[in-house]
Amino acid sequence: MSHDKLAYMANQIGRFFESQKPDLAVAAIEDHMLKFWDPRMRRAIGAQLADGSIQLDPLVRQAVERMAAHTPA
Amino acid sequence: MSLIQEIDYGTPAITSETMVTLTIDGHAVTVPEGTSIMRASTQAGIKVPRLCATDSLESFGSCRLCLVEIEGRKGTPASCTTPVAPGMKVHTVNDDLRRIRRGVMELYISDHPLDCLTCSANGNCELQTAAGEVGLRDVRYGYEGENHLSAVVDGSNPYFNFDPSKCIVCSRCVRACEEVQGTFALTIQGRGFESKVAAGMDEPFLTSECVSCGACVQACPTATLMEKSVVELGQPEHSVVTTCAYCGVGCSFKAEMRGDQVVRMVPWKDGKANHGHSCVKGRFAWGYAQHPDRVLQPMIREKITDPWREVSWDVAIERVASEFKRIQAKAGQDSVGVITSSRCTAEEAYLVQKLTRTAFGNNNTDTCARVCHSPTGYGLGKTFGTSAGTQDFDSVDDSDVMIVIGANPTDGHPVFASRMKRRLRQGAKLIIIDPRRIDMVRTPHVEASYHLALRPGTNVAMLTSLAHVIVAEGLVAQDFVAERCDADAFADWAAFVSEPRNSPEALEATTGVPAGLVRGAARLFAGGGNGAIYYGLGVTEHSQGSTAVMAIANLAMATGNIGRRGVGVNPLRGQNNVQGSCDMGSFPHELPGYRHVSQPGVRAIYEAEWGVKINPEPGLRIPNMFDAAVEGTFLGLYVQGEDIAQSDPDTKHVTAGLLAMECLVVHDLFLNETANYAHVFLPGATFLEKDGTFINAERRINRVRKVMAPRAGLGDWEVTQAISNAMGYKMHYNDPSEIMAEIARTTPSFAGVSYDKLDAGSVQWPCNESAPDGTPIMHLDHFVRGKGNFVITEYVPTDEKVGPRFPLLLTTGRILSQYNVGAQTRRTANVVWHAEDLLEIHPHDAEERGVKDGDWVRLRSRAGETTLRAAVTERVAPGVVYTTFHHPLTQANVVTTEFSDWATNCPEYKVTAVQVSPSNGPSEWQIEYRALSAESRRVAAVPAGE
Repeated sequence: MSHDKLAYMANQIGRFFESQKPDLAVAAIEDHMLKFWDPRMRRAIGAQLADGSIQLDPLVRQAVERMAAHTPA
Repeated sequence: MSLIQEIDYGTPAITSETMVTLTIDGHAVTVPEGTSIMRASTQAGIKVPRLCATDSLESFGSCRLCLVEIEGRKGTPASCTTPVAPGMKVHTVNDDLRRIRRGVMELYISDHPLDCLTCSANGNCELQTAAGEVGLRDVRYGYEGENHLSAVVDGSNPYFNFDPSKCIVCSRCVRACEEVQGTFALTIQGRGFESKVAAGMDEPFLTSECVSCGACVQACPTATLMEKSVVELGQPEHSVVTTCAYCGVGCSFKAEMRGDQVVRMVPWKDGKANHGHSCVKGRFAWGYAQHPDRVLQPMIREKITDPWREVSWDVAIERVASEFKRIQAKAGQDSVGVITSSRCTAEEAYLVQKLTRTAFGNNNTDTCARVCHSPTGYGLGKTFGTSAGTQDFDSVDDSDVMIVIGANPTDGHPVFASRMKRRLRQGAKLIIIDPRRIDMVRTPHVEASYHLALRPGTNVAMLTSLAHVIVAEGLVAQDFVAERCDADAFADWAAFVSEPRNSPEALEATTGVPAGLVRGAARLFAGGGNGAIYYGLGVTEHSQGSTAVMAIANLAMATGNIGRRGVGVNPLRGQNNVQGSCDMGSFPHELPGYRHVSQPGVRAIYEAEWGVKINPEPGLRIPNMFDAAVEGTFLGLYVQGEDIAQSDPDTKHVTAGLLAMECLVVHDLFLNETANYAHVFLPGATFLEKDGTFINAERRINRVRKVMAPRAGLGDWEVTQAISNAMGYKMHYNDPSEIMAEIARTTPSFAGVSYDKLDAGSVQWPCNESAPDGTPIMHLDHFVRGKGNFVITEYVPTDEKVGPRFPLLLTTGRILSQYNVGAQTRRTANVVWHAEDLLEIHPHDAEERGVKDGDWVRLRSRAGETTLRAAVTERVAPGVVYTTFHHPLTQANVVTTEFSDWATNCPEYKVTAVQVSPSNGPSEWQIEYRALSAESRRVAAVPAGE
């Protein structure tokens, strides 16, 4: 998956949930991606974050890191 | 089978709690107070002769044929205009009445052609019938006097003739155009003997304001207004009630047949969505079913550069199965998927997603709702608890104020638009939020109180500023909110919208709408009585589409406009079965009934029913499928009844994905644009050739009934079943009713649905033990999710921004005569109204660019460019341009971008930064595509002897 596209989509999701209850935003972003993103997209963004090829907003970054535990290999 | 003859009661039904008993020809009759004598009489089984009366129109009292005698009253009053009274004694027959009626009929017939045997209405002519009823035997005046018999036929409309020589000037057509359709295109011109029906300014029907809805043709009691198909084929001999396959209104029609040939489609009076009305598409544009472009033989090819080769169904199905199995063996179980169709039935959509989850073993199923109403699913799910409109269409009759946002009902949902206009003529108020001056802003006898002509992409800012006024000015329905909604969520939301940065004044620079207008509109909506919100793709197809849907839900809850007639949140669905395909689990994250695949209890229901383990992870959405194809992890796709190459945004991205597929299977009526990239083509069936159900925008489950055999031999559900069986997962349905039975067994909101029940009349889901007759209005006492949930709707501007290179904003939509990608309507005479996509551009923007009306222009965005002709008009604001996407060689989606809704990936069709410049030829893409399209549609000649 395109690096720019996945990161862009994730940051879009982040912007919405940051405007809700900020303290719950990380969990909400993770939940949204778990519910709506195919595992290959989740794996891809996790790998892109790990190799430093994408920039994510801070809360989105936390959510993507947490999500790795719930994504099948 | 026989021809369905609906009873015409002569005047409309009256609703009253007070009942009146009278006697008609010695029979006691009890009817609601206010009912006409004519209707009461018909109800008693006594038909009073009439010509100007029909029960779809208010009584008029013009023909003087329906006169009756009332004991104790002088004269012979018209039974259509005289209301019943308690104890009234009416006589419909006596010598005086007979004499008067014959005299009246003599006058009519003295100026009417006596060509009954060769007349197209022969056998179905109310004038002929009435002449028989009154016992007319001769015409004392002769036929030589001044008359209208040489009046010239107007055949300009492609679907019906207007023959003034047969006109009796009963005004039924004029009244139908006014009362039913609300267009006011017809009038009676002249006086006395010179009186005649005229279209527009006495011009041909085709060039007048007539919208060809057919209401006048239906109302005409003679052959004056007659379908050309009846003129050509003769009167029908049997009829089948079915459902239109165009927009989400879901009109019921009688398919009137002669053998297996459709003679005409007549809107069914008992249809609960349309109550006997229609539009030009449903009424007339069904000829595509017989178009020579229909492909009736399965075809395959190795490479898309090869010509197609016709094969048997068995060979084609085997090719699909072997290719999909090969791809899965090579690239994994998740490397294939499907796209279900909102033009197919609910049963067919159910079966295609079942194929994916069983035979394919994954959740890679998506539907065209991805690119239209997926934000509705997300937004209404979060706020109310379920993905559906809250009302039935009839609810609009009790609305006092309507907001229409991002929808163009007169073009997209014309039959419901007529209902809205009727209510508006009765005094309801209208607020339109739309960048364009759509017809409903000002149309005969309807004028919006407010037109908030906002900049494209600023819906959320606008809706939040409306909410600001409602909260800041103390207009919140406090009791409703306290009783029905989550208190904490409301408090957080109210605090958010109250912030000064969300006031209309602060957001005026963003939306481009003067703050005073926004405040006025908010006050009207909050204080104007029953408030209903209707919205369309102008809301959903944005990067904040889901947020805008939630903002709409917030507004409705804050003003207490949920849970009763006249109010509600109403998504106007684009295609006929968008609601149904979504209900049936077509999305990659949901099983039928909007239940997430991650829920073990829900999976268990289907695992027990289907006998397979269901993948608990969501599958790919349509745009993600194209990405995965380019990446090489998604290589096989079965597309049923959609043309994603034309309908989806950023065509270059879509075609790159399609080109990357190793096996693309297109199941359709025609070699559509997607088929240019396909390896297998499976011929589809039209709605006339299948049984099933369509579910409309009001959640109404309407039966679709087969009126002719599938022309290619198999119904669409049979094809899906054959693929599944060839893949190794056995399906054994004998009839679509068995599929519906399975849906009812496994989906709680459909538990009470069966074909037997639907044969007694359509129902709206939920239809189950708690609501055996269905649910016209949802969230009556509580929301599906319990308490209504207010959601904070922070405005986030789209990243698709204008600048020096792309200074204009393009928004796209559709037009009355065409439908979606035009695959059906372009193959009908509807092209006379819209033969090409045009670019609407404001005169200022046109002049700056040296563009005149009708000039060819180049439309360019960051994604691509195309050329089309300009229509210079003030309908769009300066800085905004608009076009439709009905024609493949214009291909507006070459220009639209990949930006999409944050929650659902619904594309941002409605905002694209563009530049417009004069052009003297097609774009490079158009030249290349034209060549590819011709090359790809080649079919190999069958060698002799094969």
